[in-house]
Amino acid sequence: MVTIYIEDRAYKVEKGQNLLQACLGLGFDLPYFCWHPALGSVGACRQCAVKRFKDEKDSRGELVMACMTPADSGTRISINDPEAVQFRASVIEWLMINHPHDCPVCDEGGECHLQDMTVMTGHNYRHFRFPKRTHRNQDLGPFINHEMNRCIQCYRCVRFYHEYAGGSDLNVMASHDHVYFGRFQSGPLESEFSGNLVEICPTGVFTDKTLKSHFTRKWDLQTAPSVCVHCGLGCNTIPGERYEELRRIRNRYHHQVNGYFLCDRGRYGYEFVNGANRIRHPLRRTEDRDDAKPLMDNEILELAAAMLAGPGNVIGIGSPRASLESNFALRTLVGPDRFHAGLSDNEFKCIDIGCNILQQGPVPAATLQVAGMADAAFILGEDVTQTSPLMALNLRRMRYGKAARIASGFQVPDWHDAGVREIAQLKKPDLFIAAPYPTRLDDAALRAVYAAPDDLVRLGFAVLAALDSTVFPIPDLDERFRAPADEIAQALLKARHPLVIAGTACGSSELIETAANVAWCLGRKGRSAAFALCVPECNSLGLGLMGGLDLNSAFQAVREGRADKVVILENDLYRRADAQAVDAMLRKARHVIVIDHQQTATSERAHLVLPAATFAEASGTLVNNEGRAQRAYSVMSPKGEVRAGWRWLQMLMKAAGNSGASSWLRLEDLVADLVRNMPVFQPVAEMDPKLSLPTSGGKIPRQSHRYTGRTAMHADLEVNEPKLPADEDAPLSYTMEGYDGQPPAGLISRIWAPGWNSEQALNKFQSEIGGPLQGGDPGRRLIEPPASDDGRYFAMTEQAALPGEDEYLLLPIYHIFGSEELSMASAGVVRRAPLPYLALGPEDAPAGDGETVRLLVNGKSLDLPVKLIPDMPERVAGLPAGLPGLPMTALPAAVKILKMEKSEK
Amino acid sequence: MEQPLTQNIRPDRPPLNLAEYADAGGYQGLQKTLTQLTPEEVTHLVLESNLRGRGGAGFSTGRKWSFVPMGDDAPQPKYLVVNADEMEPATFKDRLLMEGDPHQLIEGVIIAAYAVQAEIAYIFLRRCYVTARKRLETAINEAYAKGYLGRNILGSGFNLELYLHMSAGRYICGEETALLNALEGKRAIPRSKPPFPPVVGLWGKPTAFNNVETICNVAHIIRHGPVWFKKLSRVPDGGTKIYGASGKVRRPGAWELPMGVTIREILEEHAGGMKDGLTVRAILPGGASTEMVTPVHFDARMDFNSLEEVGSRLGTGTMVVIDDRTCIVGLMSNLMHFIAQESCGWCTPCREGLAWVAKILKAIEQGGGESEDIDHLRLHTRLITLGHTFCALAPGAMEPLQSALTYFEDDFRRHIHDKRCPWR
Amino acid sequence: MLSEQEKKEIKAVASHYPMKRAAGIDALKIVQEHRGWISDEVLSQVANVLEMSATDLDAVATFYNFIFRRPVGRHVILVCDSVSCWIMGYDTIADHLQHRLGIGFGETTGDGRFTLLPNVCLGACDRAPVMMIDDQLYGDLDAEKIDKILASCD
Repeated sequence: MVTIYIEDRAYKVEKGQNLLQACLGLGFDLPYFCWHPALGSVGACRQCAVKRFKDEKDSRGELVMACMTPADSGTRISINDPEAVQFRASVIEWLMINHPHDCPVCDEGGECHLQDMTVMTGHNYRHFRFPKRTHRNQDLGPFINHEMNRCIQCYRCVRFYHEYAGGSDLNVMASHDHVYFGRFQSGPLESEFSGNLVEICPTGVFTDKTLKSHFTRKWDLQTAPSVCVHCGLGCNTIPGERYEELRRIRNRYHHQVNGYFLCDRGRYGYEFVNGANRIRHPLRRTEDRDDAKPLMDNEILELAAAMLAGPGNVIGIGSPRASLESNFALRTLVGPDRFHAGLSDNEFKCIDIGCNILQQGPVPAATLQVAGMADAAFILGEDVTQTSPLMALNLRRMRYGKAARIASGFQVPDWHDAGVREIAQLKKPDLFIAAPYPTRLDDAALRAVYAAPDDLVRLGFAVLAALDSTVFPIPDLDERFRAPADEIAQALLKARHPLVIAGTACGSSELIETAANVAWCLGRKGRSAAFALCVPECNSLGLGLMGGLDLNSAFQAVREGRADKVVILENDLYRRADAQAVDAMLRKARHVIVIDHQQTATSERAHLVLPAATFAEASGTLVNNEGRAQRAYSVMSPKGEVRAGWRWLQMLMKAAGNSGASSWLRLEDLVADLVRNMPVFQPVAEMDPKLSLPTSGGKIPRQSHRYTGRTAMHADLEVNEPKLPADEDAPLSYTMEGYDGQPPAGLISRIWAPGWNSEQALNKFQSEIGGPLQGGDPGRRLIEPPASDDGRYFAMTEQAALPGEDEYLLLPIYHIFGSEELSMASAGVVRRAPLPYLALGPEDAPAGDGETVRLLVNGKSLDLPVKLIPDMPERVAGLPAGLPGLPMTALPAAVKILKMEKSEK
Repeated sequence: MEQPLTQNIRPDRPPLNLAEYADAGGYQGLQKTLTQLTPEEVTHLVLESNLRGRGGAGFSTGRKWSFVPMGDDAPQPKYLVVNADEMEPATFKDRLLMEGDPHQLIEGVIIAAYAVQAEIAYIFLRRCYVTARKRLETAINEAYAKGYLGRNILGSGFNLELYLHMSAGRYICGEETALLNALEGKRAIPRSKPPFPPVVGLWGKPTAFNNVETICNVAHIIRHGPVWFKKLSRVPDGGTKIYGASGKVRRPGAWELPMGVTIREILEEHAGGMKDGLTVRAILPGGASTEMVTPVHFDARMDFNSLEEVGSRLGTGTMVVIDDRTCIVGLMSNLMHFIAQESCGWCTPCREGLAWVAKILKAIEQGGGESEDIDHLRLHTRLITLGHTFCALAPGAMEPLQSALTYFEDDFRRHIHDKRCPWR
Repeated sequence: MLSEQEKKEIKAVASHYPMKRAAGIDALKIVQEHRGWISDEVLSQVANVLEMSATDLDAVATFYNFIFRRPVGRHVILVCDSVSCWIMGYDTIADHLQHRLGIGFGETTGDGRFTLLPNVCLGACDRAPVMMIDDQLYGDLDAEKIDKILASCD
């Protein structure tokens, strides 16, 4: 700690900060624009000027920029000095010269950092009498709206997009007061993190285009603390609702998980909540399931009772995109030995192994924050940008971390963004990627190697052998992998915080085991190693920890007549297994009950369809890829007949005569049961929000104190003020009234503070700027390495035979837009998703892009255009994963590919 | 009077080629350097000579070189950059030296590079100096052919590659750190200091950075020594200086004179005084970013320290002479128009403030001035100062305006009151 | 498409720097030497050769005055409008040029012969007022001299 003086009073602050960080951390309201806690300082805007004095006797002082001035021991400043106050107001006046009078029509109004800083500095009178400069806007794609007239040239956008996120298609053009922030030509922004511009930009230049289609002011949105459901990382979000429609997703800061940023899939993939594909009413289908009839409330219970009665067994198929509570309710309904995890074979195996590795291995699961600070990282087999996007964003930060370490040798502090870059020239960090095809993150890697999954496994063992030759003999390995294996091993050994990353994308549990070996070896050699497992869905790990039988045994149980009733929770089985197997089961089962919020090929074949709530309408717990259980609170009350999945299951249990469910009055009761039955989830009970509720003032309101129209809103239906919906499942209310202080971290429903209407108010919620939230970041890790280490490693298993003579190994190629089920209901995401193609390397597709080929897989044939991918290994082909219209076959698989004769086309 | 910088320069004739230059004593400084002196000794000689940077800042050249880390552990490669981006309005001294005697610059570059042990040097030349480019290219080729550039120069083991880089046209490139960014292929935005270029310069490596005229002095200092160099001057700052005058004087031009001659001497003896019928109202001593000096101060010496005592700066030493028939307001409007358009656009006060000031001055000049305008202008001269902006460009731009408001406020008042320029 | 010659020249100048993208301005000037101006397609191709994105190269190109991103005439006239030339009669010669050519600053004559641009101090203040046409500097200008000079350009 060092002591600094502000207005002649002494304050103790952490060493190594700049004055702006120090002042904000102490609660002073000092205005700024170009500084950002994640981007560091550049000193461009000149807004944060303060008066600095040499010593107590110096009465004149000089203006310095707080963001560029170290808070050293003895630093003496005044924020209120008249010259500083006037200068700061002048800066606003200068920025206002060309700023349009757009506030009433600007999307940013009400959460605009420029508005806040203008008020803060006191500038309020316009002396400039000349015409303003104007710009033309560009069409930047479906996610971001561009309005350049509002720009105050803080340069944050290009610093984030270009330098932080590694994007290359947004930059600053021209000079003097004509500078322009945009692309070379109009077109969609290519970076998968472009959406963060709407929170980075302090004015309304970059705004959420999807919000425009159902625009609402920030103060009119009902918001809640939630978690993203589009991948396994569990980024924290704040969804916003109005008039029973989900309108937008914003970032909710979590120091260890997502920090300040989200990916575009998580930010813009929310339309599935509002879309036409929602199941909103219970439906009943007759035997042939051709017609679907709506049901009345009382009918449902009767029908369910009828269905579930009878001699045959009921099996349940759970879901990696449903909450722990809903999955547990299903498990309780059918019993643990009839509860199946609804995962594809490969995923099932991978996640099972993954859970074992995290629970029994000596190396802890990496948080995203740890990933960003790693000094060496090795990715085996995963294009993380597509499957776990924010992991990629954090790995790009490794370069800056390396630079900051070098810069400290020159006494340049890590917050001095430009200085760090100049000194270290941002050389590539020790990031190594070994994948079956080129990945999006390759440009940030020191070395990228491409090979079929089997060879990747061998490469992993070669790395292990180079780390420690006593574990296993060096495997048979293609010559061209020896040097990279050595290089990777050397870099990992040199590092203090090495990170190994693997995932389920290749469908190879051997690959995950191999990666774990490397991580464990590093840990056993005394490094602070970490292991990151990329899982595809928001509760993949939760489902894995809960256990359950595999899907094949479900098919088998029905096929063999041991079960004739199937209850499927929030899962489209056609995405998990071959269509024939799913068809067979659904046809054979006497009663199929589907609980889901999206119409799917599976729900089309159900006898009874029950409308489940999405994350936006029902609170639940999700477990992310590092085993962190996080509570996602509903932002709106479910409409009409929609109910939380677990409440439907509770009804089914009642219909089946199971009394256990009657004790579940609210979510807490279910959680208590869950924890009692499965001790691995004990920390979830410790997350009981009642433990963290403020003692007085009531629940935390989901609506701001400026929320409008609540009595007029439903006046068209009924003039009397309606009774407000109650929320039994959360310490949050669907009103404006309630506790008006700063809520506990896990219950933060909006980022706002007096005078800070924008997301910059977050400064007031952190215990230190850029650090953890006050009171500690929410969620609980369920898994840590055990106390003792048994020293074991996974042996290399017998490798599956390579594809046959005229066959190819068909792998899934993941796309951030297109491969994930829920986000594909958003029009913007669909626009960015690729059309079907078949990826081949240059040896297999000499004719190049566009040639049409015929893919033969599982007895079906599909004509696809070729996409030529340089460096794709020979006899490996790729199919975009999860795209609608493509056969949902279990990949990887051996396939035949026929080149089309010209005459056949 | 000894005129080492211009002794080889012959107007209207091509410059000396390498052989002629050597005949006239050229490259002897280089010989002496590589055969008799260590790099530190070279730096010491330059330090002792009191050579101050001729680009406008006036920092001790020897001292600047001494900040470059030396020795086997120093980061490699090290660079030397010559600022030949002369774009300060009314400045034309570097053009004279480069077109007139290119080998003088090259010899200085090699010695300077040796002093800091730089193995790569760039001359950053402004795009419009086409003649200088051609002559420098020829001279560089000659130097390579003779073995004065390239590997193992004169068998000393010292290597130097010299590249001529042509700018693409921006005044801010004349700012040291912005020039480094331009050389790196980026937008020419200045850098904040620390870190300082001698330690962290081009591509993160130690970089020495000097103006053309500064470098041109180096070979002479090595040949004749610091005592000789100091004797050339009339003030403690060593050497001669290329002074110039433009405007409505009888003989506009540039002249090499002892450092420290007076304003009056330059104006009357060398520039021949004002043209018929005109009297001088003021001068801008060192180009467009210096405060005006009025006739009452014309006995001030044109050196770094003396001009500060009369509220101005030496700058580049080429003066703009303002006659009594030239509209001061129009002049200010011209200067501010220039500087506002040359703002790089990085920091708020320069980007917005200069444009605002330019608009006010244009309005006043065209008869659309308003009574509050003078206060706004004055306020801007107080707000836009060193430390308040990111670099020195905007504060420099405010200097002439500040002095114009001090000495000639009536001119402004008259424009505003009469709603027109009295000169038109 | 960039010619082999252009690519060769670009690669040669890129060797002066430790990284390719440092040669951005040099590369654009080489190509502009051949073509007069830089179109979007050409800029993209140059960016390709330098292994940078078109946006990144355009960010640099648009910062500077002498990378022409719009077509120019056969001869580019640069008229110095800085302080010394202004004192010595810039307004007069600027008016004369615009009148004689029939275009304003930033415009090109209909026959594609001349583009007229203002320029900052050309560093020939003792010969003010001054202009450059292509690579040639002309000082001590008056209307008569200007007419003669214009006539001498094809």
